[in-house]
Amino acid sequence: MAEVEETLKRIQGQKGVQGIIIVNSEGIPIKTTLDNSSTVQYAGLIHQLVMKARSTVRDIDPQNDLTFMRVRSKKNEIMIAPDKDYFLIVIQNPSD
Amino acid sequence: MFSDEAPEPVTVLSDWRKSQQSERESRACQTRAVHSDEAQIQTTSTTTSSTQTEPQDQTSEQPLQQNHQPGPPDLKDFLQRIEETVITELVKNARGHAFDGFQANWGDHSQLVSCLHRLQHPIAQERDLHVTSVSWTCTGSVIACAYGRIDEGHWGTERSYLCTWNLNSQSLRPRQADLVIDVHTAITVLSCHPEKPALIAGGLYSGEVVIWDTSRTQDPVLALTGMSADSHREPIYQVAWVPLQEKGEFGVLSAGSGGRVLLWTVDSEQGRLVLKSAYALIQQQLPHNSSISLKAPGSSNVGVTSLALSVWDPDTFLVGSEGGLLLRCSFSSKTPAAVSTKDQTVTLRAPAVFSFRPHSGPVHSIHCSPFHRNLFVSAGTDGLAHLHSMLQPNPLMSLRVSETYVFQVEWSPTRPLVFAAATGQGEVQIFDLGRRSLRPVATIGQGTARQAATCLAFNRQSSHLLAVGNMDGTVGVWELSADLTEQNPRERSQLEQIANQVAE
Repeated sequence: MAEVEETLKRIQGQKGVQGIIIVNSEGIPIKTTLDNSSTVQYAGLIHQLVMKARSTVRDIDPQNDLTFMRVRSKKNEIMIAPDKDYFLIVIQNPSD
Repeated sequence: MFSDEAPEPVTVLSDWRKSQQSERESRACQTRAVHSDEAQIQTTSTTTSSTQTEPQDQTSEQPLQQNHQPGPPDLKDFLQRIEETVITELVKNARGHAFDGFQANWGDHSQLVSCLHRLQHPIAQERDLHVTSVSWTCTGSVIACAYGRIDEGHWGTERSYLCTWNLNSQSLRPRQADLVIDVHTAITVLSCHPEKPALIAGGLYSGEVVIWDTSRTQDPVLALTGMSADSHREPIYQVAWVPLQEKGEFGVLSAGSGGRVLLWTVDSEQGRLVLKSAYALIQQQLPHNSSISLKAPGSSNVGVTSLALSVWDPDTFLVGSEGGLLLRCSFSSKTPAAVSTKDQTVTLRAPAVFSFRPHSGPVHSIHCSPFHRNLFVSAGTDGLAHLHSMLQPNPLMSLRVSETYVFQVEWSPTRPLVFAAATGQGEVQIFDLGRRSLRPVATIGQGTARQAATCLAFNRQSSHLLAVGNMDGTVGVWELSADLTEQNPRERSQLEQIANQVAE
């Protein structure tokens, strides 16, 4: 467990990182550094978005798959690392 | 043969009485006496005990802190697999400048500044009244406009008007205000209540402060100061709503050329404003600043021409004077003012704590940045707009706004680096501090008639709207272009940099 926490701390320590959420394959948040309401909102919405993006990539080319996703917005950037069982969501404000 | 008969008396006893007299019996009955007792009781000692739950700590509910049981075993593997990629991307992203200055163009943004409405009150225009102040109500749909005169120095008793227009209404008529309130003297300044859309505070040329309730049809005056020893006796230049200690309550702060800054609370039942605290600015009591040479020894009062409240610090307010002084003042000041206090019910206090470098003429307007706690902009008759930090006496920047007077400056509510200034030439100049050149990025013109723009107000709800009041009695409602209303991602850090500069 300590290793998990340490990894999260290292990621949180990067420049401009505002929050980290780990979501399981059903879209349920497992770990978070944000408050409850925004965690639930991010987890639910990003999960849907990742599933949609993944199916788009695989529909275009069935041999292909989604490996990483970045969403740039006016206020910050959301990075999503997807996996079989979990997604890691990192919110970064690169101009901070 | 005959013999005397001696009849024997026959006695027949009357028995009617007897027969009527039925048998009688008498019986009696008595309840037992009721016994009563009295008893008293009294406790000899009392104890009270109470209990209260502590407010739940929100942060302790976070799953991260909560989850102390070992997580799923493959979570560790997942994180180890993904960590390097994520960190690489985070580092790359933090260093990268690929998206700097890039803005996605969603939808149809207007690139032009255009005039949406030109509102006017014909009766006021016939009498050559000027628009002295404009203010948006808290909903952002109604604009209130005050008429008066700005070019007259003498004591006026001319009637004037307060007009409101609802811009969202279907039946908006630019030449016919939705509501017109007659006022017995010129209105110098208006300010709409920050939470209640019907309430408008105004300052009059006579020194009175009035609160109007536009929802009342009969008598719109909700409260006024009247003429008392406490109130202003000279024209009011600024009124502002101030949040009081009690939650949700607002007081009215007024300042005038008499050198007094007064804080009133509204007593709506009595229909009057009650003085809560009073401040007086006296020449001798101003904080000493080596660069200021005190002028005008004759008058000791400092005539206040502008006032601004800090959004960040409820104790601080800024004052600009007729002599060009710029002062930072504190509401909690305890120093008594050096004036005779007879007839005064509230002790006058000296609020000034810090002097900035003075302007060379009356300061018409001060406005604190809504995005940075230390920044404010001031402008006046010298035609310059000074960008100041609260912490430094010298301005960080001085911008030439106009060859003539500047009547009002105000920061944009959405763009941290943008402010607008209403000038005596009739134009409104909009400056963007993010640009290298210190020239206005937009100039809102008046067309042919070169009448001064006397006041302006950004709409806080619909931030693309800017209202400008003019000397010709019209109020222009302008729609700003997208680049004047939409914040860039790096704008706040640029503002921070400007604020941290050291003035030369």
